[in-house]
Amino acid sequence: MAEKRVDEATGVETVGHEWDGIEELNNPLPRWWLWTFYACIAFAIGYVIVYPAIPLVHSATPGLWNWSSRGALAEETAAADKDRATVLAALAATPIEQLPEQPELMQAAVAGGRAAFRVNCVQCHGAGAAGSKGYPTLNDDDWVWGGDLKAIETTIKHGIRFPGDDATRQSLMPSFGHDGILTPAQVDDTATYVRSLSGKDAAGAGAQRGAALFANNCAVCHGPDGKGGRQVGAPNLADAIWLYGGTHGDVVSSISNAHAGVMPAWVQRLDPVTIKMLAAYVHSLGGGEKFASAPTAQEGTAATVAATSNAQP
Amino acid sequence: MRNPEPEPQGWYEKRRGVFPRQVDGKFRRIKWAIMLVTLGIYYVTPWLRWDRGPYAPDQAVLIDLAHRRFYIFSIEIWPQEFYFVAGLLIMAGIGLFLVTSAVGRAWCGYACPQTVWTDLFQHVDRFIDGDRNAQIRLQNAPWNAQKITKRALKWSIYLVISFWTGGAWIMYFADAPTLVRDFWSGDAAPVAYASVGVLTATTFALGGFMREQVCIYMCPWPRIQTAMLDEKSLIVTYKDWRGEPRGSVKAAEKNPGGFGDCIDCNQCVAVCPTGIDIREGPQIGCITCALCIDACDNVMSQIGRPRGLIDYATLDDSASEKAGNPPTSHLKLIWHPRTLVYFAIWAAIGLGLLFALGTRKHIDLAVQKDRNPPYMLLSDGAIRNAWTLKLKNMEGRPRPMTVTIEGLPGARMWTDTISSEQAATSVSATVATDTILPLRVYVAAPAGTAAQDFAFVLKANDAEGGGDRTVTHFDAPGAEE
Repeated sequence: MAEKRVDEATGVETVGHEWDGIEELNNPLPRWWLWTFYACIAFAIGYVIVYPAIPLVHSATPGLWNWSSRGALAEETAAADKDRATVLAALAATPIEQLPEQPELMQAAVAGGRAAFRVNCVQCHGAGAAGSKGYPTLNDDDWVWGGDLKAIETTIKHGIRFPGDDATRQSLMPSFGHDGILTPAQVDDTATYVRSLSGKDAAGAGAQRGAALFANNCAVCHGPDGKGGRQVGAPNLADAIWLYGGTHGDVVSSISNAHAGVMPAWVQRLDPVTIKMLAAYVHSLGGGEKFASAPTAQEGTAATVAATSNAQP
Repeated sequence: MRNPEPEPQGWYEKRRGVFPRQVDGKFRRIKWAIMLVTLGIYYVTPWLRWDRGPYAPDQAVLIDLAHRRFYIFSIEIWPQEFYFVAGLLIMAGIGLFLVTSAVGRAWCGYACPQTVWTDLFQHVDRFIDGDRNAQIRLQNAPWNAQKITKRALKWSIYLVISFWTGGAWIMYFADAPTLVRDFWSGDAAPVAYASVGVLTATTFALGGFMREQVCIYMCPWPRIQTAMLDEKSLIVTYKDWRGEPRGSVKAAEKNPGGFGDCIDCNQCVAVCPTGIDIREGPQIGCITCALCIDACDNVMSQIGRPRGLIDYATLDDSASEKAGNPPTSHLKLIWHPRTLVYFAIWAAIGLGLLFALGTRKHIDLAVQKDRNPPYMLLSDGAIRNAWTLKLKNMEGRPRPMTVTIEGLPGARMWTDTISSEQAATSVSATVATDTILPLRVYVAAPAGTAAQDFAFVLKANDAEGGGDRTVTHFDAPGAEE
């Protein structure tokens, strides 16, 4: 350590340290700097007194203001609920069929439904509502139980094959192979016929044998042309959508061991407004049916959209 | 090496008071004019009106954060056009370089808010306490009734000016007349009160008390400017070759030729707002306000010697003068290559901004494709993709617009508010005044359509017309394999 000395050029004493010839002048602090320093100390003491600060065994000292991040969240949530109260009241008072007549309310419902969907529905239906094998996509135009607002709301409320809800959507397909109603060869023929409805398999001899079997065993629910029936929740077998897969093996498997997917009855967990908003959201995903004020559009001309949004960028 | 006994040091260094004397002269009058213009612009601008029609506020300069618009007279800037503001800030930055290159630390000396407000507060000092000597006497006087009254009065005026300064600031962010009413009735936003509070406090402290310490200790700009000055920069120079050795007029009469022009009257020190002695040479505390030039010129004219003992000069010029050449004209000194280069860059950016502003489009289509799911199979085997389109209308009137699919054979589109049965090759909507209309659209192409690029074409269906075209991608099964 070098000796303290007075720097020649400035006439100021050095602090006495030296690093490779670099020394430091011992200039005094400006007084305002010292004041700022004291003010920071005073602020820190005040902070420790009014805010949670000193960690104890289970929690920290609560502080005079009793502030907590949970409390702050609760306050903000309450404020947000208050802000939304009028919209929620309007939603509660509007029957779901009449929602499209009030475009702004419909927009609010779709936005609220999007949020509720992310909490309650994505676990099975996926974040984009695209579903997966056994869990239907909600984006398409294929509806087993109906795709208008009212039907969607009913499905969400009471669920599908949900034990404990008397109004749940109920359908039961026999396991034709497993229960011995059809022989494996007959199941195979039926599958060939079913696939031929959408042109996936050739309409050959197998399909012809399958057609007879279909008429006897399947048409009662799925209809004579295989287009299904929403009354009994029988899927359309003549379209391009396959909930449990559309390969020959998939269809054979479905006929042999029938599937019976379950969806909860959300009326037991969610309030009616949230269910309404969920229905509006699902309906808006592109496959919704029965729009209230649908404008007409001809081939090649423009459909008119009710432009109500004044959203800022 | 001298090594005197070091003086014992305290914990801190008290500010040495600066009590600048009132002075009149050319540069003082320039400072008055600049102070008037800058403060005038600051206080008056928010009250100027500008009629934009019923859709937008009628305040000429308004930063409307709530609605995300920035209005400057006839120009309206949207958030995504913030590069205009960035461009203005870059121009301001290069403008500082330009000014520094041409006339040295003129920004510090004349136009910096710290300088302008400090100057204003120093005039309050003179108004209440009197000029330099009276101020020093009062400073050293005990705290009697007179001093307390004067201090209370002076600080109250400081506070009023500070409050007015803070109050003017928030007027730029909301309709000024409304905000004034709301402010006093307690209905203004909390952030308005907080802003006024903070700005009042900082103006009061920085202008009233910190003053030259801000320039010397806190501000980075003097350091940067020091690096930017060169031998061609105008700086306030004490012409020591002419002034030294110093001697009174009487001494010079007794001993003609024995003394320089400086009579050591100390006027240059007395008028200095940062409390330095310019005769010690260029230093960081000198903000080049040139008041010492005025003071010295006044003295020189009184004793009948030529003006300019302290004057603006470059280092080059100083060397040339020292060698006996006549001083160069200041106007000539300003125009050197570096100044011209800075000016060219500054002007080019300005012209570029003006060009961009003049040619910017007031209609725009932005498309955002759904990524989850990328495509969706429909019952009839058709493939559907979904987009959120944003139709932008920057005009001051609602505009009917149509979006059409281009280059996707057989494709149909519909929105989330109409049924897929109403699908067509285009969708029309009216976009409200000065807004963006988000439009959720579904596009379905026949079974077997391959993944491919196509475009959405936006057209305005009114007399003015115009539109936009945005290429996007249609996803189909197998596209990823």
